[in-house]
Amino acid sequence: MDPLSWTGNIAFLDPLLFFALGLLALSVLVWIVLSAVLPENRAINVTGGSASLSSGPLVLAALAVKAAFLATSALVAVYLLLGIVMGTGAGIIGAMAQRLLPVWIALVLLFTLSILFKRKLGLYGKLFDSPIGMIGFALVMFWVFTGFFGAVDMIITHDPLAQLSGLKNKVPGTPLRSPEDGDFLWYLLGGDNLARDVFSRMVKGAWEVVKIAPLATVFAFMVGITLGLPAGYFGGKLDTFLSFLANLILAFPVILLFYLLVTPEIVQTGLPQFMAVVLFAFPLIFFFVLINARYRTQPQKNYLWLAVVLLPMLALYLMVVNAPGSKVDILPTALDRIDIPGGILVVFVSVVFVNSPTVFRIVRGLTMDIKTRDYVAAAQTRGERPWYIMLWEVLPNARGPLIVDFCLRIGYTTILLGTLGFFGLGLPPESPDWGSTINEGRKLLAIYLHPALPPAFALLSMVLGLNLLADGLREESLKD
Amino acid sequence: MGLFILRRVGIMILTALCLTFVVFFMTNLYPNLEKLAKTQGNFRMSDEAVASWLEKGGYLQSTPKKYLEWVGLAPSYQHQAEDGTITGRCITPGMDPKDAPRFCGILQGYWGYSSVFKDEVSSIVATRLSLTAILMFWVMLVMVPSALILGVLAGMKEGSATDRTLSTVAITTTATPEYVSGVLFIAIFSSSAVGLKWFKGTATSAMDSPNLENFLLPVLTIALYGMGYIARMTRASMTEVMTAQYIRTARLKGVSFPKIVLKHALRNALIAPFTVIMLQFPWLLNGVVIVETLFNYKGFGWTLVQAAGNNDIELLLGVSVVSVLVVLITQLISDIGYVFLNPRIRIT
Repeated sequence: MDPLSWTGNIAFLDPLLFFALGLLALSVLVWIVLSAVLPENRAINVTGGSASLSSGPLVLAALAVKAAFLATSALVAVYLLLGIVMGTGAGIIGAMAQRLLPVWIALVLLFTLSILFKRKLGLYGKLFDSPIGMIGFALVMFWVFTGFFGAVDMIITHDPLAQLSGLKNKVPGTPLRSPEDGDFLWYLLGGDNLARDVFSRMVKGAWEVVKIAPLATVFAFMVGITLGLPAGYFGGKLDTFLSFLANLILAFPVILLFYLLVTPEIVQTGLPQFMAVVLFAFPLIFFFVLINARYRTQPQKNYLWLAVVLLPMLALYLMVVNAPGSKVDILPTALDRIDIPGGILVVFVSVVFVNSPTVFRIVRGLTMDIKTRDYVAAAQTRGERPWYIMLWEVLPNARGPLIVDFCLRIGYTTILLGTLGFFGLGLPPESPDWGSTINEGRKLLAIYLHPALPPAFALLSMVLGLNLLADGLREESLKD
Repeated sequence: MGLFILRRVGIMILTALCLTFVVFFMTNLYPNLEKLAKTQGNFRMSDEAVASWLEKGGYLQSTPKKYLEWVGLAPSYQHQAEDGTITGRCITPGMDPKDAPRFCGILQGYWGYSSVFKDEVSSIVATRLSLTAILMFWVMLVMVPSALILGVLAGMKEGSATDRTLSTVAITTTATPEYVSGVLFIAIFSSSAVGLKWFKGTATSAMDSPNLENFLLPVLTIALYGMGYIARMTRASMTEVMTAQYIRTARLKGVSFPKIVLKHALRNALIAPFTVIMLQFPWLLNGVVIVETLFNYKGFGWTLVQAAGNNDIELLLGVSVVSVLVVLITQLISDIGYVFLNPRIRIT
């Protein structure tokens, strides 16, 4: 077997791509320089005094940027299409494009459906009016789908933990030395220092992020909302106390906190588990208050909803919190159906713990602002209870900034998870998550680049996507 | 004003006490102490031997009492062995127990002894902190001006080409954590695989003689991550100022655009970034830990990792006291500075 080159038989496209990229860079540069040098466009012409739309060099430069960008994207699309068709014939790029086929299909389906029905989809639909938001959403969904399909063993080419002989630190495109039947014949992005496939590890690492980051952010929001609403609404002593606690956690250097929480000795004392007991109870409290505040006057409906929502959640809560043989062992073993692997729970708890005070502060600020509005006064005059006003009047009206912050916070959580992996905290050492892989790869960085760079670019593009998505959402929600 | 500062300082001290107590509590949990006893004494110690070793060091008292002793508000523990010799925290070997001071804690300047570096914690923290101070000085020198320029340029004309490009740059830098940008920088500028080899991939030699070759990459790595955030805040503040009534008045009056930006807008737009820069310190501390580990620069962050990784309790406590104090003091400065800069805020 020959080693694969990067672009294989479609190498004739490379000069074209470089040319297009050069044009793009040049046009952007010209655009910036022109906009800095030339005066602003004025709708009213100075000389004639008549109104006219100016089409000066600036507009031309903007057009050139657009054209160069479209040309580059079209070329990239051609690479991907040819890759999907030709597979390994189109080199490493082609092979990767082919392996990622399920992701492309899912992305195309998602975008076509969303754009077709965008007027009926509220804020989500409006996202497709903003190019920045669309790019961000595409990046995020790419990694979400990659993680998801990778988790069901669809994209990966090799077992992410398998070590094949002769492939230690080998460059991208190296063929397997003695392939067995049904094996993929190359290491697409090379092998790491334990001769494992970098490509498969990167894909599996996406799942580590996709399964922890959004859920941890949801929990942080539950904690922040449940505490921030009353703090902002009632003010007074409660607010002083809760704000003091939040500031306490915020003043704590994050890495020190991680080191203190995640070491095996502390885990042995059961401290993270007790924190899980407290933090995971907040969704229960939140939904209890939410339903109870709404249907308090209709006991029948109230009990029905409470039972439907809270009983499964309570069962889930007990199963998650409970771990046989540790300090929190309250359920009989037969009932404990969910077993979260040791490190994950600790990582999850510490990430939620670090994130919730910031959410608390945001919710508190929004509540203090919104409670002065007329509709809140109207509800108070109607005689509504405080919790009803907080959860059904204030919270829905605070959703815009909260959704934007949610996207940003998932990105921040991703960075935090990477930091944990980078310091080898919590997650098992052979875990394929991006932070751990970067940490392993950096030790040989002077000689071998390929083990460290793919997870670094993956993390960068995912967080960038989330930030762009948040930016697009903010822009669109401000248009109302 | 005096009362305001006094109250803020009071809250700060309370926060510092709470935080150090939390760290103290967590580092003094029994499994940690057991590990300490085993690394200090003998790995094959029996449980009884561990207990007696801890008893001798005074580790088995209640946590609040130990904490007060450590801070220096309670007389420190002394252990009387069966043969009558008295040992304790305050008594250095060879000293007569009667001459030893009764109180020896953080307040008295006794920070403990590091079990990993075999040195006084206070001297380790001082040397490491000065190394990190050099790093931080350069980071600030790079980060603050470039972030402010970026933000002001972008916010000057909202929606213009400069604004969009610079905003994209700012977003990209905030999406690049230090361990990603650091790895990228090392890969591009110092690895033999790419072959540029312009800068060094480690900053170990920068501890003695920092120069461009060995210090630029770590400084750039930290500065880049913080820069995007400050730039975005500056941009937001600048765009807000540019839509204000007095700017419109100035424009209608015929004042030239550069003059408007420099004389009317800039001063008001820089109030918000000041707070943001000050509040960046906890994040910067994070970055320092990552970058010092990545570039092997043996400063404060590197010491934190070593202390935490090797269960060096007294050093870890010293490090956390310093970092908590740094964060709290910058918060205090930011609060007070904000009031000074913005005369519209009245404190009652």
